[in-house]
Amino acid sequence: MLSSQNFVDQLTSKGFNFFTGVPCSLLSGLISCLEKTPDVPYIPAVREDAAVGLCAGAYMAGSLPVLLMQNSGLGYCLNAFTSLNLIYKIPTLVIMSWRGCGGNDAPEHIIMGKINEDLLKTAGMDYAVITPENHQDVLQRAVRKINEELPFTLLVKKGIFDERH
Amino acid sequence: MKGTEAFQELIPLLKDQPVVHANGYICRESFQLQDREANFYMIGSMGLASSIGLGVALCRPDKKVIIFDGDGNVLMSMGTLAMIAATAPKNLVHIVFDNQVYESTGSQRSLSGSVPLEEVARSSGYPVALKVSKKEEVKPAFEKLMNGDGPGFLLIKVDPVFDPETGRVTHTPEEIKTRFMNALGRREEGSRN
Repeated sequence: MLSSQNFVDQLTSKGFNFFTGVPCSLLSGLISCLEKTPDVPYIPAVREDAAVGLCAGAYMAGSLPVLLMQNSGLGYCLNAFTSLNLIYKIPTLVIMSWRGCGGNDAPEHIIMGKINEDLLKTAGMDYAVITPENHQDVLQRAVRKINEELPFTLLVKKGIFDERH
Repeated sequence: MKGTEAFQELIPLLKDQPVVHANGYICRESFQLQDREANFYMIGSMGLASSIGLGVALCRPDKKVIIFDGDGNVLMSMGTLAMIAATAPKNLVHIVFDNQVYESTGSQRSLSGSVPLEEVARSSGYPVALKVSKKEEVKPAFEKLMNGDGPGFLLIKVDPVFDPETGRVTHTPEEIKTRFMNALGRREEGSRN
């Protein structure tokens, strides 16, 4: 398991300084740490696509944004990713919980859990599945993608981060 | 008042402020009248002009940030009004051109004929929310918002008489972004919060 605080520290040390999102229990530790981090805002968003817009504005205004969300919000975001981020080349680091992974979750998560990766691939959204072992490498990969001004998604399975709820 | 007339009133009042434009005729009308480097033309992602503008305003408190929005866009993302009200950036001015239709797709009816959007903004918590419907009211209302603390909301009721011959934005999306970022520049150290 990764320490949420340690991961937030790694993100801020890489220059990420604007956080928003819609909560997921799998990301509750990260959001809890962000709420306590001074000088770095975490803005609660009403819906995932509004968070995509918020991040786009933040990036163009000189910040480096991170969007935290459950994969249930991916559908809401696809138009924003494809008609904003990908065509304008506006990067955002997306930390997306992978509910329904392996088909073992509440019924509402099963279908999205199954098509989650395919949807990202179809939309041309680069991503990686984060593990305690690979987290530094995938974060480096994410930073390289963001330097190319493209979004990058870290898929988070249950149990990767400590939860606080 | 025609939408064009509202833009003609507002555009000469702009200096170097960043203006985030909603998709559809908002972008096209403004681009046609006066293209500006500090204009962000959102050509897709309907509904997100307000959240993009909010992101800019939160990260650049030293700049007055303007959103040119439409009724269809606001109705699609009404929750963003809550985000704006809750974060309460003093430097944000949210202007909505309300023609009560989705004009660029054939003037299908929107719901803003029944739902007073300025009241929604006020109830959400915008400290100032104004509504105008006459041409001569546009400039004083805009100046009031620009000179006061925001977030401010201005609903401009316009007739649905957009000229479909009006051209589209000719810059590529990447060009729009690069120009906009260059126009914004970097925040100066020690600038006010």
